[in-house]
Amino acid sequence: MLLTVQDIHKTYTTADGPFEVLRGIDLSLDAGETLALTGESGSGKSTLLHLIGGLDTADQGQIIISGTDIATLDDNGRAALRRGTVGVVFQQFNLIPSLKVADNIAFQARLAGQHDPAWAATLADRMGLTPQLGKYPEQLSGGQQQRVAIARTLAPKPRLVLADEPTGNLDEATASIVLDLMLELVSETGAGLLMVTHSEALAGRMSRRLHLRAGQVA
Amino acid sequence: MTAATLQALLSHWWRNPLQLFTLLAGLALATALWSGVQAVNAEARASYDAAAATLGEGQYDRLARRDGQPMDQSTYITLRRAGWLVSPVVQGRLNGVRIIGVDPLTAPGGIGPVNINEDTDIGGFFTGPGQLFANAETAGQLPDLNVQITPETAPGTALTDIGVAQRLLGKDGQIDSLIILPRQPLNRPDLVEIAPQLIRQQAQGGSDIGRLTDSFHLNLTAFGLLSFAVGIFIVHGAIGLAFEQRRPVVRTLRALGLPLRRLILLMGAELMLFALIAGAIGVALGYVIAALLLPDVAATLRGLYGADVSGTLQLRPVWWLSGLAIALGGTALAASGALYKLSRMPLLAAAQPRALAMAAGRRAKLQGIAAAFLLSLSAILMFTANGLIGGFSLLGSLLIGAALALPLILDRILAGTSAVAKSVTAQWFWADTRQQLPGLSLALMALLLAMAANVGVSTMVSSFRLTFTDFLDQRLASELYISTEDDAQTATFLAYAAPIVEAILPIQSVDTDIAGQPTQVFGARDNRTYRENWTFLQSSDNPWDTTFAGDTILINEQLSRRADLTIGDTIQLQDQSFTVAGVYGDYGNPIGQALINEDQFERLYPDITPTRFGLRMDPATVPEFVASLEADTGIPASQTINQAGIKALSLQIFERTFTVTTALNILTLAVAGFAILMSLLTLATMRVPQLAPAWAMGMTRAQLGKLELLRAVLLAVLTAVIALPLGLALAWALLAVVNVAAFGWELPMYLFPYDYARLGLFALLAAALAALWPARRLARTPPADLLKVFSNER
Repeated sequence: MLLTVQDIHKTYTTADGPFEVLRGIDLSLDAGETLALTGESGSGKSTLLHLIGGLDTADQGQIIISGTDIATLDDNGRAALRRGTVGVVFQQFNLIPSLKVADNIAFQARLAGQHDPAWAATLADRMGLTPQLGKYPEQLSGGQQQRVAIARTLAPKPRLVLADEPTGNLDEATASIVLDLMLELVSETGAGLLMVTHSEALAGRMSRRLHLRAGQVA
Repeated sequence: MTAATLQALLSHWWRNPLQLFTLLAGLALATALWSGVQAVNAEARASYDAAAATLGEGQYDRLARRDGQPMDQSTYITLRRAGWLVSPVVQGRLNGVRIIGVDPLTAPGGIGPVNINEDTDIGGFFTGPGQLFANAETAGQLPDLNVQITPETAPGTALTDIGVAQRLLGKDGQIDSLIILPRQPLNRPDLVEIAPQLIRQQAQGGSDIGRLTDSFHLNLTAFGLLSFAVGIFIVHGAIGLAFEQRRPVVRTLRALGLPLRRLILLMGAELMLFALIAGAIGVALGYVIAALLLPDVAATLRGLYGADVSGTLQLRPVWWLSGLAIALGGTALAASGALYKLSRMPLLAAAQPRALAMAAGRRAKLQGIAAAFLLSLSAILMFTANGLIGGFSLLGSLLIGAALALPLILDRILAGTSAVAKSVTAQWFWADTRQQLPGLSLALMALLLAMAANVGVSTMVSSFRLTFTDFLDQRLASELYISTEDDAQTATFLAYAAPIVEAILPIQSVDTDIAGQPTQVFGARDNRTYRENWTFLQSSDNPWDTTFAGDTILINEQLSRRADLTIGDTIQLQDQSFTVAGVYGDYGNPIGQALINEDQFERLYPDITPTRFGLRMDPATVPEFVASLEADTGIPASQTINQAGIKALSLQIFERTFTVTTALNILTLAVAGFAILMSLLTLATMRVPQLAPAWAMGMTRAQLGKLELLRAVLLAVLTAVIALPLGLALAWALLAVVNVAAFGWELPMYLFPYDYARLGLFALLAAALAALWPARRLARTPPADLLKVFSNER
């Protein structure tokens, strides 16, 4: 099993007191499998994604990726996990504005020490970004920027791709094209994909879906 | 990983060249001002050390005549024959160069830069026209002599054989002092038996000039440090802004798997790289500043302390290495806060305006507490501080406290004006100015410090000038001064001048010790000159009457303060007690001074005969008198000094001191102006989201540009208003605390409203000029950029 999540709990402290955002989540995902995580705002989807990506730590429960319990990893260990094993696609693209498109695509693979120029070129070509390689992110449209972000995530060939509403900032047509490309490339690399989305249409294109309500699987 | 991260980090600066320029320029300017001042100090100190090494000052005891006059060569021969191991020294001035004659065969090793070795032309040194050793600059002043260039010789000094020196200085058969070698035979006779007219002077354990000028250099260092602080404000602002702008990138880098520790290390390394580059530029600029300042500083030191300082700057490794070190240290200091915040920044902390606002509120509160603490401390120190450390603590707490308080005071003022504003534009303007305050506060603090330093230092220097000019009028009351060479010439002069002039005032003194303080005691002749011109800081009734009656003594402020002597205290000179009847101001004199009646002086110090005299006469007859004195007695005009000439010379020396301070003032103000320019330019890019709604609601871009200009001028005016009292407090601290601790005398403080008004105008001009370009850029912002604010893609 690529990913196993068992009985995850997470509580935030707010001005009104503690707020338990995740209340005992269980899920699993195999390599090559795609899973949509849906739910209302505040249901805990993004929090769960952040915990799986090692961006935050759970209060209780286990997250096991490729046999490693990430709770046993320190800050450096979780950083190493994000560099090579897990790739995250953010809603806000989070590109590095001062680097050109080509450098942005290669960036995470270079961090992981797995830069393959031929694969990066293939990704750019498949994403239709070849003419834009010499440009800066601010010179691209939103759809193009998200394609750069996806290419960057896939460049080190991660085993698990986490996507947090990757098309949330895009219009419907562009969102559909971007998702097609992402699914195609994830399938080619054999990675597992866990995608948070509000869109029923997008969720319907995943092999499985999981709906969260008030911090629990509905 | 490292290469990719460095590329990402450095690309930020490549895409934001203005920010990079601000950082490098701020740091380079700060380093330049600091290292420029340090270069001047290092050059001066090296000169003092070279001079001390040349003469063996501070290393060996010496023998000299009690009256300070040269001794006969036969005294030296008598001492040598009696077994005393002494070595003769002759010194004097020729063409402004200090000529020192030593006897290389008897001088202790290490005296002077010239070691006799097999390459030395012994014959040339001892015989013939004689050979001198001097550095290139000094050699240029002795064109007709055989001078061998030795760069290590002290500036303004030429070393030669004693016989050559005696001939050049017209001191045949005379010796000024005898160096006592450390190892002496045990059975030699006592000094009083063979040369009772000589006294043994103890080695001082260091250079006298070095000690005298310490305060001057300390003041220069303080100025350099202040300029550096102003520069570091710029660097801090630039680093803070860059880190703020890169916050999302930092988060992305971490999200993509870059460990936090590696990120902080790389960001630190990046800054250190910039610090090295900026430090190198700053050291080079500092060299230029030092080269420009050094001639004036050298003239000041020569004039005030008689210290010869080389006018040529040398590139010393210690100096440029310390310049680089302070650039690195300053950057580390300026960046430490930003790096600390980065290390504490949670990976997932997205924009949390409320949390940020609360953090800003906490920061403001802490800043307010720190400002209140420092200002209270400075208020306490104003009444209690004594000594240099107390004085500089007072200055530090006052300046830093005021700088920290500035944004809070401005915020209160702007909140008040915002509340009373009537028109909607005015309301928006005041509220927007208040919102912009945090971004500009560092630059405004820099302006405040620069202006306060200007007001403070110029008040101190101008007060000094005013007091000193009055003081010169008091002290240089005689119309003509004359020096005689020997007793015979003195007798000739007195016989000739007495019937012609109104009064002859002998200037005779002896170096002694009063209450552990080195003091010169003068014997003054009863004359109206003293009664009419000298003013007392404190005195008993009729101090001149009792002093000229031989009962009392007058002392200078330095002696009064250092020996804790006041009116009514008793001072013992030889076998006689004197009561202190008056304390007079004695500006510029580093040591104690006392004045007694001429008759008492002659009785107590019978060996001393005056060789300098002040002459009271009709000023119009001075040139005629000098000419007839030379024609009738053979005493050349070169032995006389016209009062007007001395005053002109003294004022000229002070003008050069002012040139140094004025240059530093202008540089500091320029740095502050630069800080404002850079802050406004960097803020301009962040201003678009705030200005776009105002534009969309009907204000023109030109209007917005004008308001930006007005805002900068207004903030500068408010800062200037606060800087004035701060500067005056600074001046008071410098005059009443630091000056007393450094020099031993207090200066009266005068106010110079015209100068302050002019400085205020300069500051406004600097602020307006700094704001002109950013305002113009803003007025020309393309509508497309303003529209982006309203789109999702921004």
